[in-house]
Amino acid sequence: MSNITPQEIRKEFFKSKMGIAGITILTILILTSIITIVIIPIETFQEWNNPESWITYPKAAIPIWVNLFLSEKIPEHRILVDPNIETTFNDEINLTSYQFNLNFNYDQFPKDFIYSYLLEYSGSPLLQMSVIRPDGVKLELVSTSLPHSNLKIIHNDRIFSTDAMIKKELVLQEEEFGFEINRLSVEDIIFSKTESNKPLKGNYIFLIDFYEINEESKIIDSKLIIGGKAFGIMGTDELRRDLAIGLLWGTPLALFIGLVVSIGSVVMGLVYGIYAGFKGKKTDETMMRFNDILYALPALPFLIILSVTISNSIFVMTGFLMIFGWVGIAKVARSMSLQIKTRGFVEAATIMGQKDSKMILKHILPQLLPYAFASIAISVPAAITTEAGLSFLGLGDPSFPTWGQILHDANTFGAAARGLWWWIVPPGIMIAITGLAFVFIGNALDSIINPKLKR
Amino acid sequence: MYKIVLLDFGQATFLTSDSGSSDVKDIIFEKLPKTILLFTSATVIISIIGIFVGALSASKVGSTIDRITSSFAIISSSFPVWWIGMLMIFLFAFTYQIFPARATPDIPASSPEYLGALLYHMALPLITIVMIGFGSWAYLVRNFMVGIMQEDFIIAKKTIGINQNKITYTHALKNAAPPIITILALSLSGSLGGAIITEAVFDWPGMGRLYFEAITVMDLPVIIGATYILTVFFLVSVFIADLLYGYFDPRIRSSAGE
Repeated sequence: MSNITPQEIRKEFFKSKMGIAGITILTILILTSIITIVIIPIETFQEWNNPESWITYPKAAIPIWVNLFLSEKIPEHRILVDPNIETTFNDEINLTSYQFNLNFNYDQFPKDFIYSYLLEYSGSPLLQMSVIRPDGVKLELVSTSLPHSNLKIIHNDRIFSTDAMIKKELVLQEEEFGFEINRLSVEDIIFSKTESNKPLKGNYIFLIDFYEINEESKIIDSKLIIGGKAFGIMGTDELRRDLAIGLLWGTPLALFIGLVVSIGSVVMGLVYGIYAGFKGKKTDETMMRFNDILYALPALPFLIILSVTISNSIFVMTGFLMIFGWVGIAKVARSMSLQIKTRGFVEAATIMGQKDSKMILKHILPQLLPYAFASIAISVPAAITTEAGLSFLGLGDPSFPTWGQILHDANTFGAAARGLWWWIVPPGIMIAITGLAFVFIGNALDSIINPKLKR
Repeated sequence: MYKIVLLDFGQATFLTSDSGSSDVKDIIFEKLPKTILLFTSATVIISIIGIFVGALSASKVGSTIDRITSSFAIISSSFPVWWIGMLMIFLFAFTYQIFPARATPDIPASSPEYLGALLYHMALPLITIVMIGFGSWAYLVRNFMVGIMQEDFIIAKKTIGINQNKITYTHALKNAAPPIITILALSLSGSLGGAIITEAVFDWPGMGRLYFEAITVMDLPVIIGATYILTVFFLVSVFIADLLYGYFDPRIRSSAGE
């Protein structure tokens, strides 16, 4: 068992396909975590439960790459933020025009559109919104004047496609269309072919014009949101959250939970087991009976009780998971140290009068290290799935978007019944892949330490 | 003290059984059969399939079957059962409407079709649990068996010319029995607790869900009662497993005089 040197283990490990596969997956996951932590600002994930910060995103949108496999393209959700600005002076009238270009190549109408802006002005400027379609037709959408103000003020407003005045304006331009438009929604009219009610593909230009007399306004921030049914690489959930961010942030969290719990419980188990085995006699007996009591406790119900009564903070939970993780390892460590104790070199060290602590640290512990590493790797998946399971039951830390948390939300909003597969499948696959990486590493190590299993 | 022996845990604070009784004993004995029906039968199926597949792959170490079993075991062990359950519900209850999504039949328990409906509702969770569970069993059995297949007496039997199948299924399996029986006993008693999360996914009205409901509303008498019963089962099964171990492996009987 323990006649292998670390060098040999390393050599053997990199010979096994499984070990290499595990290490590769783990490296990818670690890189993902690092990239996530660096690239995605930490505020984004702290805002996970704040509906305000996701307001511009679509509800339950399918991932955009699905369009690659469909002949009928689903409209993508677009957030246009960079308008072309043109300013013209005509006598006393200032015209500032903001133009948004939209390339629309889908076979369905968009869901809605919202124009939101933050304008600094004085006087009472006139706002006109119109769209130039690919077929050259120009439709007037909105014509309104902003509330009068003598001083410079900052005005924040949104124009929704559901606004009745847009519909009114469009009905006035009914002669452009060869069919009845009264009953259609605004976006079904704007994006429709003139002869029949089918989506018109091509380049749309949305114009937002501000007319003022002798004054000059300045847009501080404006965006045009074309509401679609597809968004991002991973889609969005019912609460408009971008699932890609949740899944990416789940990676460092899962690795943190898995590694901290498994390392913590293996260290605890090793120390406890070795000490019991080394001391022997009454100490051993008492410690092992205590171990048996913990072993007989059903782990999951107790974890649920602890998280309900004490705290569901992610850090406290890792502590709870450790309490139930070390028991089995302590048993094995004890029996292994009982074996090692009988070896000649340990007896020799005892005769030479080594201190107990030194004996354990210098002579027994190193013999158990390969086993320790294997059991760290093997116990990671259990920790991750247990945490995910607790989160799935709604007992996890709601302030962190772990994969279990995402699945919990998916279950509460009935994602399975509504066919929102992109909400269910990816988090589970991530859990499985992470688990798999550690299982691979653990098994590769295990088969080196216990060569009997290899053949 | 005698109350515990009589399984009298008093009245539940919030929860009631389906028949309206708030006696903890009634609640538990209403849920226990359902859990036994689903999880214990799943455990039995898993162990039967697992032992056979494990023995099969141990008899042909390194063959395609062996590799498929081992990799399936490793891969399936890292998938959470409840997630597979969600996927199965998504696929077979909504996309292809073969099985019902909720595992609780809506017919009253007294009607004659109840049993059939219950079995039909049980199919999806049962398939899920067996699918995820048998791989690791097979792998475990395989590993025990591989160790035994390398023992001298097996090699001796091979040289005598005893049929390979007979060696695998009678001689080797019998010698691998003690650890397998221990694990079987433990997992059978463990299955009585149901799986809290799996029952939550499939909405199965068993012990696991009772536990979860009791904990979320902090119904202490129910928690204590359920924990007590499960712990008793656990201890009894550990005891039985120890006795069986001694029966199958005479070597450990003398260890008392060490």
